[in-house]
This record gives sequence, C-alpha cells and structure tokens, in this order.
Amino acid sequence: MFQQIMDIISLWALPAILILILTYGLVKKVPLYEVFTEGAKDGFKVAINIIPYLVAIIVGISMLRASGVIEWIGTLLAPILEFFKIPTDVIPLMLTRSLSGSATIGVFSDIAGNPDSNFYTTTLAAVMVGSSETTLYVLAVYFGAVGISKIRYALLAGLLADLAGIILAILICRVMFLN
Amino acid sequence: MNYIFYFLIVISIVAGAINGRLADVVSAILSGAQVSVKIALSLIGIMAFWLGMMNIAKKSGLIEVIAKIIKPVTKRLFNEIPEDSPAIGDIAMSFSANAFGLTNAATPIGIKAMEELQKHNVDKTTASNAMCLFLAMNTAGFQIIPATVIGILVGVGYPNPTQIIAPTLFVTTLAFTFAVIVAKILQRFWRPQMESEAQ
Repeated sequence: MFQQIMDIISLWALPAILILILTYGLVKKVPLYEVFTEGAKDGFKVAINIIPYLVAIIVGISMLRASGVIEWIGTLLAPILEFFKIPTDVIPLMLTRSLSGSATIGVFSDIAGNPDSNFYTTTLAAVMVGSSETTLYVLAVYFGAVGISKIRYALLAGLLADLAGIILAILICRVMFLN
Repeated sequence: MNYIFYFLIVISIVAGAINGRLADVVSAILSGAQVSVKIALSLIGIMAFWLGMMNIAKKSGLIEVIAKIIKPVTKRLFNEIPEDSPAIGDIAMSFSANAFGLTNAATPIGIKAMEELQKHNVDKTTASNAMCLFLAMNTAGFQIIPATVIGILVGVGYPNPTQIIAPTLFVTTLAFTFAVIVAKILQRFWRPQMESEAQ
C-alpha cells in the first residue's frame, strides 16, 4: 500500500508540477510560449558559467581518487570501525559520499552486487547512499553558477552534516537491522 | 577554497608518487576535465527547460503564492532576504523538487534560487549567510524516496527494498535539520571579512 502510494507520487510529481505551472500561467493570461523561451535563453549561459568551477573540483577529486589516498584513510579507520561493529566494506562509501556521486553509486553497486556482502552491510550502505548528496559537486555547481569563489563556512557545514548523516545511518541501522 | 584546491592536487600527486600511481593521477586530470564539461553540457538543455518553466511560474505569480505558503519557515531561516523576494519562492520550489527526487529539475531550480540570493548579496564573490545556508541544506540531500538506491537494490534481488525508505528518511531529515543548525551557528563565527583577510 505504502509502496504503491510512493510509486504514484514518484511518477506524478514532475508532470503535476508542469500542469500546475502551465495552467496557473494560462489562467493568469501569461503568454506562455514567449515567457518560456525568454527564460530558457539563460540555460546556455548558466551551464557554461559552471564549467571552470566544475573543472577545479572534479579534476581535484579525480586526482585524489586515482592517488590511493582514500584507501590509506580506509586502512587507518578500519580498527576504529571494527570496534564499533561497522562493516569495513562501507568505509570507501563513507569517504566518497561527499566527493563524487558516480563513485559512490559505483561503490554501492559493488557492495550490493557482491554475493559475500551480508544483509546488514548492504542495508547500511543503502541508507548511507540514499540519505546523502554529493557535497562538493553541489558546492561547485551552485556557487559556480553565480561566481562565488569565497565560500566561507559552506563546505564545513555541508561536511559536518554529511558526518552526522553517516553516524545517524549507523545508529538507526543497528537499532533496526542488527540483531 | 584556495587551500582546499591546493591540497587536493598536491596531496594527490605526493600520494600517487608514493603509491606508484602517479601515471593514474596524471591521466585523472584529463578524465576529470572531460567529465566536468560533459556534466555542464548535459545541463544546458534541462537548465533551459526549467528556467523557461520557472519564468512562467514567476510571471504568473505562482512563485509568490508558494513563497507565501512557506513564509513562516523561510522568514526565520532566511531572515536576511526580504519576504517578497522571488528567492524565497525559488528556494521552496527547489526543495519540493529535491524532496520528490526530481534531480533533473532540482539542480536548475536550485541554481535559479542561488541567482536570486546573489541579487541580495553585497559582495558578489563572497557567499552570503543565506547562500551558505541554502547550500548546506542542499548538501544534506533531503529526499522522500531514494529512487536510485532502491533501483540498484531491486536489481541485485535484495529482499523488500522499500524497507530502507523509513530509515533513510529518518537519517536525511535529521541530517538536514543538523545542517541548518550548523550553518546558523557557524555564520556567527565566520564573518565575510575573515575569509577575505585569510586570502
């Protein structure tokens, strides 16, 4: 039941928004086609403006991933995590979650698809991935689009929230799924 | 940001050299740069579409209606932004899109909201409190249904994949709340001048 409702919401959310915007516009006598194309003109400009910021962040992260630093940190963290009964398989996930969306999905598919992963590991990984957004990508895109280069505490706040998310995921999964 | 950029690259090179993976690190420059352009180019079309739709929503007054509905919340969170600013409505739209997992719509609308916030910003290269808060809220990745994750779980034959919805929602809601609180606390310690002095 819940599942069906959720499926319907997922399917209809976007079409419903479109119908709402267009119908409301029509009722208010907005020249829809003209106003749409006028707004759409900026699409190119905005997308191009982001490129320098994306290049800086994504190249940096690609280099970091290629260098093996993430594996080092993983090795360092392993004893601590084992103490808290956290499966070491999810360590790469915890580290890439804030950095790279495609890498996170890759690591997650790996854990989920691995026949040796147990139910708890897969569940914990799923909750960790599902509750996160790629902080550095969001930062590069959103601030890049408006030309912000001095980010103040924005990254720190985002990373702290990511850390809180990881800890919460571990706690709730222990309560709900680990017996 | 200067230090982050420096350390990302220098640490990668040093660690790559130690691990004997320097060649991989160097080739990552090319692949990373290509990925960046690919992402930006793929944004052009969908960005144009949603900017067009948002323009209709703005001209028809729909954005104002939405902004009015959530005013009690946004007034407190974004207290530096005038109540009647289109930024408030855009922020609301961006969150609705995020919550429903409409990533394709959420990014363009979020960027649009950021542009509106930029209009209220005094120093155009430094992020305002409102911008940092909006960003922190976005990085918490609040969404009702983690569709991608469920899709992968279905693919590998995980038993009853929808059972992760409730715990995920719990985590993402709390992380989101935490992001707001952290941003509100940090803004007291991190005045715009401090960052410019550090440059």
